[in-house]
Amino acid sequence: MTVRLPRDLRHALECWARENYPQEACGVLIGRQTETEVAITDVVRTRNLNIERARDRFELDPGDLLCAGERALGLGLDVVGIWHTHPDHPARPSETDRARAWEAWIYLIVPVRKDDVGEPRAWRLNGSGFVEKKLKS
Amino acid sequence: MNTVTVRIPMPLRSYTLGADEVVVEAATVRQALEVLGARHEGILDRVLDPGGELRQFVNIFVGARNVQALDGLATPLAKGDVISIIPAVAGGHHECLRPMAR
Repeated sequence: MTVRLPRDLRHALECWARENYPQEACGVLIGRQTETEVAITDVVRTRNLNIERARDRFELDPGDLLCAGERALGLGLDVVGIWHTHPDHPARPSETDRARAWEAWIYLIVPVRKDDVGEPRAWRLNGSGFVEKKLKS
Repeated sequence: MNTVTVRIPMPLRSYTLGADEVVVEAATVRQALEVLGARHEGILDRVLDPGGELRQFVNIFVGARNVQALDGLATPLAKGDVISIIPAVAGGHHECLRPMAR
C-alpha cells in the first residue's frame, strides 16, 4: 500500500510542526483509501489536549476529530489517518503511539528540530505492531 | 423507539463489512449501541467494557455533543439523530526513542 501526500499538504504539516516546536502538533488526515493506496487530499490541525506533557505527548481533541469527519463526509471523503510531530525525535512510532493506535488508519509522523523539519514517514498498525508504508507525493 | 444513524469510524468498519453508517431503532444511546452490536458481532466489545460502560478510549457523540456532557449512555435519542463513534487518539514520542542526532 502506498500513501500519497501532495507537496502542498506536506508543506502545511512542516509549517505547523515548526510553529508548535518544541511541543507536539497533531491533526487529522482526510482522503480516500483503496486496497492499494491511501490518497491524502486534505490535512487538518487539531488541538492537543495533553497540555501538561505537550512536549512529548499528544491527545487529539475528539470534538475536532468529529468536525474533521463531518468535513470529510461533506466532500465525499473520509478520515484516513492521524498525523503528529516528534520534536527532536525520529519519525518512528513510539510504544505510546503503538499502545493507543487504531487499525486501518495511517499514522504519519513528522520529525522536527529547532531549525529543521525532517522526512515524514507513514505507518499502519498491523496486528500488534506498526508497518511502514511507502510515502509518495 | 426512533430511527437513528450510527456513524462507524474507519478503524471499526472491519466489523460492519465496510459500512460507514448503520441505521438502527433505539430510544437511548445504549440501546443504539446494543442493536449495533447484535447486528455486527464484535464491535460492541470495542466500544463498551465488560461492565457495559463506555471504554476509556472511545467517545460517543450525539450530533455535535459528547454524551459525557449529556446523560452518558442513557442519553435519549430523537428521530433522525446521528450518533458518532469517535476513537480517542493519543500518542507521542517516548523517552526510550533515541533523540535525533544533531
